[in-house]
Amino acid sequence: MLGGLLVYPIYQLGLISFFEYTQAQVSGGEPTAFRGFANYAELFGDPQFWQVLLATVLFAAACVVSTLAVGCALAVLLTRVRAVPRLALMLAALGAWATPAVTGSTVWLFLFDPDFGPVNRMLGLGDHSWTYGRLSAFFLVLLEVVWCSFPFVMVTVYAGIRAVPVEVLEAAALDGASQWRIWRSVLAPILRPILVVVTIQSVIWDFKVFTQIYVMTGGGGIAGQNLVLNVYAYQQAFASSRYSLGSAIGVVMLLILLAVTLVYLRLLRRQGEEL
Amino acid sequence: MNPLRVRVRRPGRLAAEASALLVAVVVAFPLYWMVLGAFKPAGEIESSEPRPWTLAPSLDSFQRVFGQQEFGRYFLNSLVVAGCVVIASALIAFLAATAVTRFRFRLRTTLLIMFLVAQMVPVEALTIPLFFLMRDFGQLNTLGSLILPHIAFSLPFAIWMLRGFVKAVPEALEEAAYIDGASRARFLWQILFPLVLPGLVATSVFSFISAWNDFLFAKSFIISDTSQSTLPMALLVFYKPDDPDWGGVMAASTVMTIPVLVFFVLVQRRLVSGLGGAVKD
Repeated sequence: MLGGLLVYPIYQLGLISFFEYTQAQVSGGEPTAFRGFANYAELFGDPQFWQVLLATVLFAAACVVSTLAVGCALAVLLTRVRAVPRLALMLAALGAWATPAVTGSTVWLFLFDPDFGPVNRMLGLGDHSWTYGRLSAFFLVLLEVVWCSFPFVMVTVYAGIRAVPVEVLEAAALDGASQWRIWRSVLAPILRPILVVVTIQSVIWDFKVFTQIYVMTGGGGIAGQNLVLNVYAYQQAFASSRYSLGSAIGVVMLLILLAVTLVYLRLLRRQGEEL
Repeated sequence: MNPLRVRVRRPGRLAAEASALLVAVVVAFPLYWMVLGAFKPAGEIESSEPRPWTLAPSLDSFQRVFGQQEFGRYFLNSLVVAGCVVIASALIAFLAATAVTRFRFRLRTTLLIMFLVAQMVPVEALTIPLFFLMRDFGQLNTLGSLILPHIAFSLPFAIWMLRGFVKAVPEALEEAAYIDGASRARFLWQILFPLVLPGLVATSVFSFISAWNDFLFAKSFIISDTSQSTLPMALLVFYKPDDPDWGGVMAASTVMTIPVLVFFVLVQRRLVSGLGGAVKD
């Protein structure tokens, strides 16, 4: 099953990226021609590709950092409050988490709608359009991504803090450690495996953001200003019917994330965890 | 008693609680606005003076959603896809996680690394080869073309998470069961299965969400037969970039979000303990 639906397509993906594969070949009108690295050469020679790559990396980094910061801060906050506020925050977060990416994107778009949205009204921005400017469009998508992905971080880190033996914290408090000191020297090292898992998962998810960009910026923004790699590959393959070029972008993404995997595995190994 | 809590003085705790409530309100606001937008009458939703309440709630938008196309059919399709994916991936992940945790065999480590690598693959990039695969198998425009890839893509994460739960069950328990004359199958289903159930719930949440929310596969594989369409596709019908029907979008979003919310609230308690268990190992 896994072999059939994951390994074979990955193999195909690699294969297609070396061929000339457009609408003519799909319908069987022309034989597929081997192009070697020509697709990659074309890709790397395309200034838009580098621009999109840079935007993807920066955007993913911003998303990961914001998500982790918000998630961890709220997890710590959860341990400080009584049951009612805790339940309220938990339920709100679960609601955001449960919201499908498509609906979340449309709702956020509506909140920031220049004509009918409440946010512009509250901030007194008139009919300022958030999706028009490149940065503000990215910022809007960032808000939505953080909104729907911080709950995973918050719930996981909170569950992790709860699992820390109370005696450890009591001992630290008795020895006169400050709150910050307890977090830095006691909690953070214990939570490190959790933080690593959460960080890596966030990197994987945020690097591959697709639905939010696709829906909120209408498939990549004005003149493709808000494209990220994933959407770019999809547009090349399905909108322009250039399947081989889309596949080549997919391979590049796979390689980048593989590099991340290796870092992750080395981190795990350094902790002495056996696979 | 949690010493963290003891050490916080009263004003500090009140401030913390106030900010927790404030964050909860901010986080819940988009959801509130969505439900509100679904109930607002047509004239009010597209007014330039948006109000955070409505005096004349109407079901017009919902009627439009349920009336337009075959919304019930899409809902059912989504339910079938998500249901099949959750059940199948839970069963397979349980067996696979047990296999990689309890047995040492050749290529075990390789297999584990592959599960991790499989998570890194951008699903969107694989849509292209998967499209050809589905076409060759004649699966385009069927629900099978959505169910199979979703099972495949939710399995690696599910197996990776379940491993921790299976690991946490002491091996002595397994030996004791065998000494008492239990067969391998009996141990698997009557002892191990109930013990890892919280973990299974946590992983099921992930596979349910990814299958329920998916719009990429639906958009790419269901190309001509709209009777096989799923909810996210129906939602986009209301969203035309130049002139979106906001009432319809909000009502459809509400209908689409409610099942997931119900599912979440039902498993909420198990989810927290489940996630805690998965990362503890």
